[in-house]
Amino acid sequence: MTEQLNAVDPPAIRVHDVTREFRRGRTSLTRPVPVVHALRGVSLEVARGQRFGIVGESGCGKSTLLRIIAGLDRPTTGSVQVEGVEISHLPERRLGFLRAQLQLVFQDPMSSLDPRMRVRDIIAEPLVAQGHRDNRTRVHELLEAVGMQPDAAERYPHQFSGGQRQRISIARALAPDPRILVADEPVSALDVSVRAQVLNLLAELVERLSLTLVFVSHDLSVVRYVCDTVAVMSRGEIVETGPIARVYDTPEHPYTRQLIAAAPRLRAALAGRTAAVLAAETLAAQGGSRPTSTAAPAVPLPPSSPKDTR
Amino acid sequence: MTADVVRVRDLVVTVGAKPLLVDVDVTVHRGERVGLIGESGSGKSLTALAIMGLLPEDLIPAGSVVVTGHSGGGVQRVTSVLEAGEPALAAMRGRDVAMVFQEPMTALNPTMRVGAQVAEIMTIHRTVPDRGAAARRAVELLDRVGLPDPADAARAYPHQLSGGQRQRVVVAMALANDPALLICDEPTTALDVTVQALVLDLVVRGVEARDAGLLFITHDLAVVASVCERVLVMYGGRVVEAGEVQEVFTRPRHRYTRGLIGASDLDLTRPDGKLYTIQGSVPSSGRFPAGCVFRNRCTHATTECESLPPWQGSGPEQGFACWHPVMAS
Amino acid sequence: MTGLSRGAEALLPPPGRRTRRGTEATLLVGGVIIAVIVLLALVSLVWTPYDTGEINPSERLALSSDRHWLGTDKFGRDVFSLLMVGSQTTLLVGLVSVGVAALVGVPLGILSAMVPKWWGEVIIRANDLLLAFPALLLAIMLTAVHGQGVVTAMIAIGIATIPSFARVVRSGAIGVMKTEYVLAARAAGRRPLAIALRHVLPNVASLVIVQASVSFAIAVLAEAALSYLGLGAPPGTPSWGRMLQEGQELLFVAPRLEVFPGVAIALAVLGFNLLGDGLRDRFDPRLEDRR
Repeated sequence: MTEQLNAVDPPAIRVHDVTREFRRGRTSLTRPVPVVHALRGVSLEVARGQRFGIVGESGCGKSTLLRIIAGLDRPTTGSVQVEGVEISHLPERRLGFLRAQLQLVFQDPMSSLDPRMRVRDIIAEPLVAQGHRDNRTRVHELLEAVGMQPDAAERYPHQFSGGQRQRISIARALAPDPRILVADEPVSALDVSVRAQVLNLLAELVERLSLTLVFVSHDLSVVRYVCDTVAVMSRGEIVETGPIARVYDTPEHPYTRQLIAAAPRLRAALAGRTAAVLAAETLAAQGGSRPTSTAAPAVPLPPSSPKDTR
Repeated sequence: MTADVVRVRDLVVTVGAKPLLVDVDVTVHRGERVGLIGESGSGKSLTALAIMGLLPEDLIPAGSVVVTGHSGGGVQRVTSVLEAGEPALAAMRGRDVAMVFQEPMTALNPTMRVGAQVAEIMTIHRTVPDRGAAARRAVELLDRVGLPDPADAARAYPHQLSGGQRQRVVVAMALANDPALLICDEPTTALDVTVQALVLDLVVRGVEARDAGLLFITHDLAVVASVCERVLVMYGGRVVEAGEVQEVFTRPRHRYTRGLIGASDLDLTRPDGKLYTIQGSVPSSGRFPAGCVFRNRCTHATTECESLPPWQGSGPEQGFACWHPVMAS
Repeated sequence: MTGLSRGAEALLPPPGRRTRRGTEATLLVGGVIIAVIVLLALVSLVWTPYDTGEINPSERLALSSDRHWLGTDKFGRDVFSLLMVGSQTTLLVGLVSVGVAALVGVPLGILSAMVPKWWGEVIIRANDLLLAFPALLLAIMLTAVHGQGVVTAMIAIGIATIPSFARVVRSGAIGVMKTEYVLAARAAGRRPLAIALRHVLPNVASLVIVQASVSFAIAVLAEAALSYLGLGAPPGTPSWGRMLQEGQELLFVAPRLEVFPGVAIALAVLGFNLLGDGLRDRFDPRLEDRR
């Protein structure tokens, strides 16, 4: 089956009907172990050279999906193919080809770099892991590619700002010359003034190196800038997928509509879209489909009555 | 002009010889919503802590911070925060000034039921006659902040609630004693965007109903524009620009404000298809350049910028400090 | 999503107030104390003021004097010479027992954090079992099998110290395994052994150093206790613990016989603790820029 797919030039990533369940710790001896359904039958296809965004809120399963695609977690059921090779059942030690083809950029630029390693060792790690020796020139090349000075190689991560650390993280991901770059919320921990720099860098590198990009974010507007296609996830399922412009301008699923309605935008806010309007639109878009737990108060909070006050 | 609920003048905060805040002026009037925006290291959270009198021990403040609280019993309580002793500050916190922090999980005591925590804030300041009244009012407040089944919710522990629900509880606690000033420090940054919209609405309604002042701290320009009427832009421990939200965001004068607006607008790209950026990165605290704090990242910087730009404007509530301001169009 | 919220945190000085200068002072004081003890032990290999095997009844229980700096014990042996020779035993027992414990405990702790959760539990429960086993009983059992001696004491103390290393390292290693840089290393194709050596070990090293210095102190005390009970150094082998035991019966006659070895033990313990703290900070690259 895999061979047939190879023959017709397989997509970069094909995820078919993937589920992932986590068992929580037993809370009682008599009751069954609670199970969390992180992914409930997710299917998607990322073509070569595509820039594919995955958008959703915390706990929607987007990070789990990303780890499964990167071979860092296993699906409970379903199949995952990267460049035509089924990876969902391979043990980690047999994922060498995947490590050379697919690399990751993480969210937190502080915790994704080992504080006790020099930058050169951090960037060279994927190379060393894949048996390359003497990576000095390659490290300098990579630092230059992400817009950093060569002398950065000898320093430690804590000596850099968040934006620079994220550049180091990107350099590490590019080290083995991967064809697919997977980024998990790469700019959400960065300062606003630095975020645009990193997004520009990512977009430029993806273009120049003809990478396939999978970009996970909670922020649709970030995805809109970087990606051409988007999948919207909610509660372990993909609820809507399509070209980013189409999804952004004419969202079909109520959840997507809600996501767009709830996001504050500077120009809209200046034109009178205040918090009250934002909340009302969010509730209207949700159309009562969500539980009342997030419902806004029907009446504004009144001050305590005078008789309560001393 | 209505009365000030907080008036900060020439606030300087230093650690050792390192200045973290310099000449910060902030005023919030009754019933007014003021935004404080800035990136990491700008000093916005430190300003909030200084107003609350909660600065860590080794940070030395100077200048003046005056909080004008309630006129309960005909006497208006005025607290000079930097000079006041701990008992006076304790009486002020949670009563005249309340604060909502970013992380609703750590802001609540995990071992106490949320209803008891809301009730406690009222019994501490004796704004209710007795414990029973406090418990009843706590349930009422939880209802008002939109928790479903408030009587049940009051008996829940923080970990049994979602992040958005926890932040609602924190807002209920902050509003319990009808504070004259509510300070929110990135109250929705840890929340999902759909929950954020509702919590922002809750905060605005809460302060409006009480005619309280709001000091809203965030890095998100769009959030400030949705919530506030006036805004202060901080960078490198200084206020670099201040004014009406409409004015500052549509006609910024300081080069930093202009850059920040450009960099945060992902719908707007340069002719080459790239996003507008500010060069370099935010220096770590105390490492900002002398003179204009922004000059090492500013494309318009000249030798003139090595000296401190004076404040130009009608007062601390409107103006900017830049040698080469964006021309007013 | 935490965004720029770290504003206040980034402005505040680092928690714990660990500074370079403080580190240097700690390291220096600890280092000097330990260096003096090591020096005394080395010198005693070739020279001591008096032969500690020589019994001299005419000078028994002498007070401090020019001839005997710290006086003599009930056999007329020079106390200073005994302390010098005793430091050999103390250092040897400390080093070997902590070495044994670290050599077994550290890999065990890392292993238990890296294997599947269920196996990790098995390892750590077995470890707890050992922790629950009284160290003294272990020493008595070993003495029964191998006879009384310094080696027996070292092994007994070493085995008894393994669980504390494994526990501390496991909790640290679990934290490290959850970080994104370990995830990144896996994504880079690193094998488990490389992750253990390159990422986990360096990042739990500070815990190991602190645990080693604490364990060293405990080992010194344990050796003293075992010798005091007659389970450690045999009669004739000077050790600080033995000196304490022999001085006990004369506590009210010549309290100095308890005070001198007691002070020596306290100093050694203090020295190792200071050295451990200093080393931990010395090897933390994050402290480099702070003043």
